[in-house]
Amino acid sequence: MNDRKRNDRTITSSRDRFFEGVRIGTGLAAASFVLAITFGALTRSQGWGVLAPIICSLVVFSGSAQFALATALGGGGGAGPAVIAAGLINGRYLPMGLAVAPSLRGNRFRRAIEGQAVVDGSWAAAHLGNGRFDRELLIGSTLVQWPAWVLGTAVGVFVAPSPAVVHTYGLDLAFPAFFLVLLLDELPSARKGWAAAGIGATVAAGLVAVLPAGLALIGATVGSLIGLGDRVPGRSDPADAPGRTEEA
Amino acid sequence: MLWLAIFLAAAISLLIKAAGPALLGERELPAWSRGVIALLAPALLAGLVVVDLFGPHWSVLSWQMVGGLAVVIVVRQFAKAPMLVAVLAGMAATALLRLVS
Repeated sequence: MNDRKRNDRTITSSRDRFFEGVRIGTGLAAASFVLAITFGALTRSQGWGVLAPIICSLVVFSGSAQFALATALGGGGGAGPAVIAAGLINGRYLPMGLAVAPSLRGNRFRRAIEGQAVVDGSWAAAHLGNGRFDRELLIGSTLVQWPAWVLGTAVGVFVAPSPAVVHTYGLDLAFPAFFLVLLLDELPSARKGWAAAGIGATVAAGLVAVLPAGLALIGATVGSLIGLGDRVPGRSDPADAPGRTEEA
Repeated sequence: MLWLAIFLAAAISLLIKAAGPALLGERELPAWSRGVIALLAPALLAGLVVVDLFGPHWSVLSWQMVGGLAVVIVVRQFAKAPMLVAVLAGMAATALLRLVS
């Protein structure tokens, strides 16, 4: 997001920001839909049946964790390693949840519920810069992706397009392309953003050659350590009043 | 075993996402950590792009996908196209490059 958009967000209503989240989430939902089709098709071919893949998408709602679960179960490792692999992959949601926590509302229980809206694309889109987040945009963006993910899984289970179709039409580019767009929007708002992204990409590329994707993603977060000790204003900082232009 | 794995994975995912907001509440993160949090998004997004592009053991990486992502950058950054248009352009470019190669 550029600075103009960020400033617009500070003066629009909660409802407008929610629907801005829905708008952004619709693009992410399209990518989720495509990826979910491949998850549904993959698990159907592994003998999960019709209901289990759809319920899995409904209750887990995490592409990377679900693919890890399917891969581990398909490899005959049993439920234990499969669940651990999925948990490790979703480990990145812990620091992401900590980051978004001050922007949520209500008591601890309500915040824990609102924290379920943290998924990769929504979390990045809701980042206002300087570690602050737009709660309404986060929730709006996720609410539209969840049904798309479940629906895509159902389509995959029943239609089961071949890997050749996914490859021929370039559907496998959907997720890296969406994450790239979010990255391009994110970079201007973060000082040292290019350096953090460069380190994250390099570490992830090295790790994914030898480790599961989830661990490579956790490794990518070391890029953010270059911001350790940087002076970033918080909500209670008087200089950080609403409407103030974000640092570029 | 399948259903047990699904519901355990769901429970762990829910707890991980709930932990940060429930433990931290309204308190802010300490000042020294905010610089790290601010850079978490670009670092993680770059990691997601690379992991999706390279795949496990670099098994997915292809020059046609790299070409598709280059088109995404051009369409988004220079043509200022909406997000979905940029992504569809990248997918179409990748499909076209695969067709002619």
